[in-house]
Amino acid sequence: MSTPREPTGPELERLSRSELVDLGHTLDGIRIVTDEPPPGSSDPRRERRNRRRVTLLLVLSLLAAGAFVGAYLFWPTGYVPPGAPGHTAHLLYTPLLGITFFGAVGALGAAMIVYVRSFYPDEVAVQHLEKGPSAERDRFTAAATFAEAGAHTGFGRRALIRRLGLTGLGVVGILGGLVAIGGLVRNPWKEGGDAPLWTTGWKPVGGETVFLRETTGDPTEIVKIRPEDVDPDGMVTVVPFRESERGDVEALHAAEMAPDNPVMLIRLPPGTRVDHLPRREDLHYGDYYAFSKVCTHLGCPASLYDTRLQVFLCPCHQSQFKITEGARPIFGPAARPLPQLPITVDADGFLVARGDFPDPVGPSFWEIGRGSH
Amino acid sequence: MGLVARTVTRATANALDRRFKAAGGARRQASHVFPKHHSFFWGEFALYSFAVLVVSGVYLALFFVPDTTEVVYRGPYEPMQGLSMSRAYHSVLTLSFEVRAGLFLRQLHHWAALLFVAGMILHMSRNFFTGAFRRPRELTWLGGVALLALGIFEGYLGYSMLDDLLSGLGVRIFSGILLSVPLVGTWLHWAVFGGEFFGDIWISRFFIAHVFLVPALLVALIGMHIGLVWYQKHTQFPGPGAREDTVVGERAVPGFVSRTVANGVCLLAVLGLMAGIFQINPVFLWGPYVPSQVSTYIQPDFYAGFLIGGLRLWPRWEIHLGAYTVPAPFWVGLVLPLLMFALLAAYPLLERLGTGDRGAHQVLQRPRDNPTRTGIGAMGLTFWGILFASGATDVIAATFDIPFELLVWAGRIGLLVLPPLAYVVVRRICLGLQRADRDVLERGVRTGVLQERPDGVYLEVRRPPGGADHAGRPIPLDYGGARVDHRPAASPEPVAGSVTEEQR
Repeated sequence: MSTPREPTGPELERLSRSELVDLGHTLDGIRIVTDEPPPGSSDPRRERRNRRRVTLLLVLSLLAAGAFVGAYLFWPTGYVPPGAPGHTAHLLYTPLLGITFFGAVGALGAAMIVYVRSFYPDEVAVQHLEKGPSAERDRFTAAATFAEAGAHTGFGRRALIRRLGLTGLGVVGILGGLVAIGGLVRNPWKEGGDAPLWTTGWKPVGGETVFLRETTGDPTEIVKIRPEDVDPDGMVTVVPFRESERGDVEALHAAEMAPDNPVMLIRLPPGTRVDHLPRREDLHYGDYYAFSKVCTHLGCPASLYDTRLQVFLCPCHQSQFKITEGARPIFGPAARPLPQLPITVDADGFLVARGDFPDPVGPSFWEIGRGSH
Repeated sequence: MGLVARTVTRATANALDRRFKAAGGARRQASHVFPKHHSFFWGEFALYSFAVLVVSGVYLALFFVPDTTEVVYRGPYEPMQGLSMSRAYHSVLTLSFEVRAGLFLRQLHHWAALLFVAGMILHMSRNFFTGAFRRPRELTWLGGVALLALGIFEGYLGYSMLDDLLSGLGVRIFSGILLSVPLVGTWLHWAVFGGEFFGDIWISRFFIAHVFLVPALLVALIGMHIGLVWYQKHTQFPGPGAREDTVVGERAVPGFVSRTVANGVCLLAVLGLMAGIFQINPVFLWGPYVPSQVSTYIQPDFYAGFLIGGLRLWPRWEIHLGAYTVPAPFWVGLVLPLLMFALLAAYPLLERLGTGDRGAHQVLQRPRDNPTRTGIGAMGLTFWGILFASGATDVIAATFDIPFELLVWAGRIGLLVLPPLAYVVVRRICLGLQRADRDVLERGVRTGVLQERPDGVYLEVRRPPGGADHAGRPIPLDYGGARVDHRPAASPEPVAGSVTEEQR
């Protein structure tokens, strides 16, 4: 489009507002095609009605804002248990905030929408779009500017320095990345055969007996288990316990929180036929079987026990493990059987572990095949 | 405007202009023409949700303690009395029960996160199905794909670090997926968690990623995204005056800015209402994370549903390479989502290679006018939808009393069969809609009114939008890409009886 002659100051002073706007639009390549008068102000009655609507909404917004502030400041907020007086009021606090907030902000938004729809002109503007690449003039001059910079600084000619310099910059970048990542790197196999991925809290330390302790929800409570404590078809979640930990709340709690530790101790109905997996023939004690609770797919507790089908089900991705076939996966995404803990009964009649799991516990990983012992 | 206000405004404007020479730019930007269409709001919808996320998130961060240290709860919330929990989870309980509007703001933040991702998905669908990603807007599209991926990751980080019984399982699954990476999986896991799952540093790392690293990337990408849209001007639907070298719409000031701000305020109001009356992520009901415990109905936020669905459907294919193992979750936990996002990112290039269309496009296409693309989009959405539904197999199984083994097989087979079927069906629908539009333009809108000719033949009265010639034959119009009105009342020339067509 052609650029109009630059008007002088006095000329501009003489122009009306709409002439100035037109001038601006000419400069910006814009044409206003339709500029319909506001639909809501076409006749005095409609205009009055719309004005009233907006005013009403704004007043409503202010009232709701007041209610919000009131609720926020004066409504009782503390937790009140069910049954106690004030429980309902406690439950209403957050909904009350939401509703008054909605009133305050929503009425404001609605007022804005009503105002815009009824009083703004119905505008259709067309703007010219500068398409494609820059003008030839700009392309040539820009290219020349950079070429000249290369020539004047000599980087264009001195190839060795240029390459070394760029390599240097690259190396500095790599150094930065190295430092950023280097500190995070830890060797998972530092402990060799005792690496965390091969061992669990059931690993015997110093020859001390490792008991099966029931998790009751109270970390200080110590419930060791005798075979007769578990009913046929019963299931108990157990974690390792050593007598040296008695009274040590932190150690007791840590045993419950270690993700590798949870074990499902189950008692099959007497006489249940079990097809043992290879190398697992003598890990159980009578009808008592102890399987890791950690799903071999991605580590969720695979602890939904269907006694009818004798299947463990993982609630995360629905892997199923058949107990009477050595906790072999029979459906779903898990590929490995649940590891089995070797158990027996000590002289006092308590169930104890005869060692750590023979197989790695938890999700599979690249090196897992090297760890079965 | 009062005299004082006018004087102050004028003085400020003068002061700014003397320093920044801003008048020309201000005029140009205020007159920036923005096309009007309701579907253009989805991007702003996501943007305003993000703004709510930033503001509410900064406030929540004043109360959240990113610490795995175990403490015993002694606060007012009775069901948790005496329970051991991380300080992180403890601080969430404190925020929910002892801070004014604490629960309200937590729920506002969570709902805003859900709407943020939902808005991005809708916005991206609109851009896909109308071809808005075509040259010269490939970079905008790429930025959008990155925003979607980052937004999902950001949401996951956010709900994970609360360390409740539900999110703990999500962290466990993330840990398992890291471990499943061939060659470097265990090293990767040790780098992220600082040791074996779950260690004592993961919450602070998730926290700094959630409140700083990812938001910084999001802000940078959003800035680039909107900057590009503004600089290159918004695309427009075909219509009167809409050409490749024009933008038809309304000026930023006052029309566009007023409308978008008003819509944004309404969105904020709805978010507030949802935060107040719709409970979301009630972590005080789940309890703290304990490795041996689990609840049923393990459902993540909706945007992670396709991931969990994939994990449920993928068969147990462990690949053994000598002494080494490639665990099954690797393919579906990491490769599949990366592949899905890579395909999304590459789509503009793939379409260009497929169609040979290298031109720049300012005018959008209606989905029906590019049946192949629309079919491909339907295929992608179907694939995603089946993964999403499979993420809820346990809920579906329990609600409708269907064995979930059946659902898993349905999902596996559906994933292979339904997307191509969706492609074929949607493509046919598009072609049918095209024909219906052409029919109206060439022969007129069907009125449903029958007339009997003297020779006893029944004819349907048509109203051609282009009018009729002197012999009463419709004057055909060319299809220009714009919406064609199929309603009889909307067409101009009600020449009853004069323009007819034989009933076959």
